[in-house]
Parts: sequence; structure tokens; C-alpha cells
Amino acid sequence: MVSWVKRDANSITHDPAALPRFALATLLLILLWPGIQLTEFDPGVLFDPRNRETMGRFLGTFLPLALSGEFLRLVIKSTLETLAIATAGMTFAFVIAAPLSLLITRSLSIARIGPGPGLWLGRLLRIPVRFTLMLFRSVPEIVWALLFVRAVGLGPAAGVLAIGITYGGMLGKVYAEIFESGDTRPTIALLESGGGHIAAFMYGMLPVALPELVSYTVYRWECAIRASVIMGFVGAGGLGMQMELSMRMLNGGEVSTMLLVFLLLVVLADGISASLRKVIG
Amino acid sequence: MTPAHWAAITLMLAAVAGSFVYLALDVGQVFSAEAAAQMWAYVVRFFPPDFSPDYLAQTWRGTLETIAISAVGTLLAAVCGMLLALPASGRFGLALRVAARLVLNFLRSIPELVWAALMVFAVGLGPFAGTLALALHTTGVIGRLFAETLENAPPEPARALQLAGARPAGAFLYGTMPNVITQFAAYTLYRWEINIRMAAILGVVGAGGLGQMLYVSLSLFQQPQAMTIIIAMLILVAIVDAASAGLRRYMEG
Repeated sequence: MVSWVKRDANSITHDPAALPRFALATLLLILLWPGIQLTEFDPGVLFDPRNRETMGRFLGTFLPLALSGEFLRLVIKSTLETLAIATAGMTFAFVIAAPLSLLITRSLSIARIGPGPGLWLGRLLRIPVRFTLMLFRSVPEIVWALLFVRAVGLGPAAGVLAIGITYGGMLGKVYAEIFESGDTRPTIALLESGGGHIAAFMYGMLPVALPELVSYTVYRWECAIRASVIMGFVGAGGLGMQMELSMRMLNGGEVSTMLLVFLLLVVLADGISASLRKVIG
Repeated sequence: MTPAHWAAITLMLAAVAGSFVYLALDVGQVFSAEAAAQMWAYVVRFFPPDFSPDYLAQTWRGTLETIAISAVGTLLAAVCGMLLALPASGRFGLALRVAARLVLNFLRSIPELVWAALMVFAVGLGPFAGTLALALHTTGVIGRLFAETLENAPPEPARALQLAGARPAGAFLYGTMPNVITQFAAYTLYRWEINIRMAAILGVVGAGGLGQMLYVSLSLFQQPQAMTIIIAMLILVAIVDAASAGLRRYMEG
């Protein structure tokens, strides 16, 4: 009897759950099969001799970096352009977001305090504003850029408008949330004692919300720099547009130099935004 | 208001003014009545969207392609990320740890869209380029997350198995994996959500999916078709958002 138990315990040398797991994995693969076909998944393309030769030659030119004086001047110019697009775009975004966020902040409604006349009108007016902000931020910035490139032409103006619209939608929503999430009692007290909207906002709401507003805006500025590089790929100016041009000319050295500059830019923006937030926050 | 505040405010205002000057943006021109009229004429051309059954079927196919790009790309990244996470978590010595982390950082710091533009050169236009681009960037992100999970996993179960005579592979699969697999799954799902959004727009550089359809229709001046695609993108993202919020509430509740 004892030996039987022993032999049985030792005879399980495989994982008892192996079969169900194997079945699950197979099932997942079968489910994924249409996806694999839809993506035209074919690793063979990577190793196709003709492709490999072109790509190999392109990759071979990635080093050494392109460091000629003329090209570096161009890189500096497009880097400054990228920074300017992000900054000007954020300015537009702020101009859109600041008034609209005030409109949709419920705590600033005077009609809400007492059963005043404008209560329903106010609620009704907030709906289209909220909807506009949602529309602005739901369409990705690169799609806005694509649309604006066709409306105002290739170049930085399209990038500025795209960032302004997308980030205006985001800032507007987040500003309103910051206003509401802070302590709203000072604002309501001011309104209740007869203060106007603007006074209640300036003395009741802004002091509470300012640090968070600044730090969120600066953080978004950092994101805008990355976005403006990427939007360049559809023709909205800056570093991305140059990168795309160099790729088209299969000039790897220029591409790798600009990638390096892009990485430096991201690190730099991170540093600037962190120190700005520390000073103001 | 300390001097540091004033300095920061002056700096910011100077940056804003400098940007407008540097780009030579004529703000008056942008907001002029003429520009507004032009813009309005452009907007009107997008309406009504093309809801013909034929084009809706094409859009549906583009949506499926987008989902497929994101799913295959994320899965590929999960596998590659796992393979790189093993050395990156320091299991095969310090030299390989540093090397693997360098590779992961490199993959991660290049944005998906730049990868996509490069992959279009490597494998040609189409969804395969988008899949590879997502896989490359996501491998960098997921590999690092996986490596950190592996480093934080309790070492005792695997050690116990090894002391009882299990080989390293067995000890890893039956000692470490059960502790980290749910975390891996959570990270992969989270990146998948992000990648669906990304796959919808990657196509603007030619990497397949809805983005490529949008790019093509805009290039051919087919604005109503472009509007249909934009609506499809918005619906896709809204569904993903709702599904992810619902799932999160379900898992927390």
C-alpha cells in the first residue's frame, strides 16, 4: 500500500495544467489568425534580398552622424522652429481654454446659489461648450495637423493651429476640473456676498488653483514639444519635417543626428519643465 | 511674488513673444475675416460625410485592420519584451543587464510614428510596417516594465524549487512566473489600449489602418470620405475608453 502511494506521487513528472494551457494558447492563436492576415504579417519581407539591400545601405549611412556646419545650422533652425511651434501652440491653447473653462465651471454660477433666473439658460449654454472642448481634444493632434496643412499650407502655422486646438480642448477640461476640485467655499462665499464673477474668480478661485494650473500647463508644454516634432512628419514644420525629408533622401546620417537632437530636446524640456514647476508650484 | 517668480514669468512671456516673432506668424491674418471665410469653405466640404454602404464597408475593414495592427503589434512586443526583460532584470549578469536596458531605452525613446516612417522604408507601405513600428516601441516600454516586475518578484519560490533539484528553466516557469504573470497581462492590456489609439493614426505616414485611409482620402481631396474616417476613429477610441473604464471598474469592484 505504501509503495503504491509513493509510486503514484513520483509518476506525476509533467505539469497537470499543461494541456489546458496549451489549448488556451492554441485558441488564442486561432482567434488571432485573421488579425495576422489583416496586418499582412510576413517576416519574409524583412529578409527579402532586395529590401535588405536597400535597408542595409540606408542603415549603413546612419553612422557617422551628419555634422557639417551647414546641416547643423539647419538642425538648429528646425529645432528652434519646433520649440516655437510648441510655445505658440500652447499660447493659442491657453487663449481657447481660459475663457471656456470659466464658462463650464459650475461653482462660478451665480444663478446656482439661489433659484435665480439664468439657471437653466446657463446649464443649456454649458453643453455646447463642453461638446466643443471634447471635439477639440478627441481628434488626435496629428489629424488636426493633416487637416490644417491642407487648409493653410505646409509649414509651422499648421502645427501651431493643431496644437492650439487639441491642447486647448485638453486644458479647458482640466482647468475646469482643477477649479472644481479645489476648495470652492471662498468663491461661493464671495458670490453669495454679492461679488461678481470676475472678482469671485480672481480672489476666491485663482489663489487656490494657481499652482496646479501652472504645473499642468508646463507639463502640457513639454508634451507639445514632442507632438510638434511628430506633426512635422505630415508637413507641419520643425524638426519632424526635416527628419522626413532626410528619410526620403535615404540620408541616414542626417536622420540619426536629428534623432539624437530630438532625444536631447525631450530631456532638456523635461528639465526645464521640472525646474519651472518647482519655482512656481 | 518672489524675484524667482518674476524671472519665470518674464522668461515665459519672452518665450511666447519670441516664438511668434520667430515663426513670423501674423496673428491678425490668421483671425481675419478672409481667413475665417476660407476656413469655413474648407470645413463645409467635409459635410455630409460619405455614409454609402460601399464606403462604410471599406471603413469597417480599415477599423478591423487598425485593431489587428494593434493586437499583433502588442503581442509581438509582449514576447520580445519578455525575452529582453530576462537579461534586463539581471538574471544573466551585469554586462547583459546593461546591454539589454540600453536596447530597451533606445526602442522606447523613439516615438511610434518615427518607427513607422522608418518601417515603411524597410517593408513598404501597409499595415505590416505599422505592426512592426508598434512592436518596436512597445517592446521598449513593456520590456522595462517586465524587467522591473521580475526584479521585484519574491525570489523564494524559485529558490525553493531549485534547491529541490529543479533546473533553472523549470524553477523560473513554476516558481517566478505564477507571481508575475497577472502583472504582465495587466501591462500588456494597458499598452494594447494605448496602441489601438496609436494604430488609428500611424497610417498617416503610410503604415496602414484608418490613418492611411484618411491620408489617402485627404490627398485625393475626398473630404466627405475623410470625415467618415475621422468619425470612425472617434467611435473606435470612445469604445476603447468605455471598455477600459468598464473593465477597470469591474476588476476593482
